[in-house]
Amino acid sequence: MSPRAAWRLESIGFGRVYDYTAGKADWGSFGLPLEGQRPSTTRVGAYTRGDVPTCAPTDRLQEVCDRVEAAGWDTCFVVNAQRVVLGRLGRSALSARRDVTAEEAMSAGPSTVRPSFELDKACARMHTQNLTGLPVTRSDGVLLGLLRRAGSD
Amino acid sequence: MPTPIGRDAVKRLLREGQAQLVEVLPADEYADEHLPGAINIPLKSLDRETTASLDLGRPVIVYCYDYQ
Repeated sequence: MSPRAAWRLESIGFGRVYDYTAGKADWGSFGLPLEGQRPSTTRVGAYTRGDVPTCAPTDRLQEVCDRVEAAGWDTCFVVNAQRVVLGRLGRSALSARRDVTAEEAMSAGPSTVRPSFELDKACARMHTQNLTGLPVTRSDGVLLGLLRRAGSD
Repeated sequence: MPTPIGRDAVKRLLREGQAQLVEVLPADEYADEHLPGAINIPLKSLDRETTASLDLGRPVIVYCYDYQ
C-alpha cells in the first residue's frame, strides 16, 4: 500500500518521498513507541522484564548458575555479543550445575515474541504450552527481556 | 522515484525535524495506533486536496502496516 502512496505523492509534486515499507509492524516489533487508542498495556512490551540474566555461550555453567541464583532468577538466556538470543538455560540445566559451557547446556532456539505482540495471545500461548515465560526479542533477534507468566496473568 | 527507507533512517529524519510522516491506512487503523507525530491520509483519499497541508519542499515519509 505504501509504495502506491509514495508514487502518488510524487505525481502530485512532492520532491523527496520516502517509503517506509516495513511500516508500523516493524516499528512496534522494535519496542518503539506508538500512539493511539489502543493502550500499550495490551502489548507484551509493557510487561517485559529487562533484567533477566544473560550469559555468553563460552561462560562456564557453574559460574552462570551462581550468578543467576544470586540475582533471584531461575532462568538465563545465552546471547552473543550483539545480544541475539542463542539459547536458554532453564531450571533443569541450571540445577544440574555440570562442568560445561553455557552453550553445551542450553536449549537452543527458544520460541520468542515481539514486544508489540498482543498480551492475551502471549498468555494463551504460555498456558497452552505450559511455559513459565516467553523471551521478548526485536525482529532482529536481540533480546529485550522476559515476559513471565506470573507477571502477565 | 520514491526512496525505500528503513527504521533507522526514519528515526534520523524525524529527529532532524524535517520529515513529514504520513500513515496511509484507513482512519480506524490509524486511530488504533500510529507512529508518533504521524498524520493520517488514507490511500483511497490521497490527492492534491488532502495533501494540501503538507509542505512540498520537505521530505515526506509514507508507511502502512507492513510490506503488504
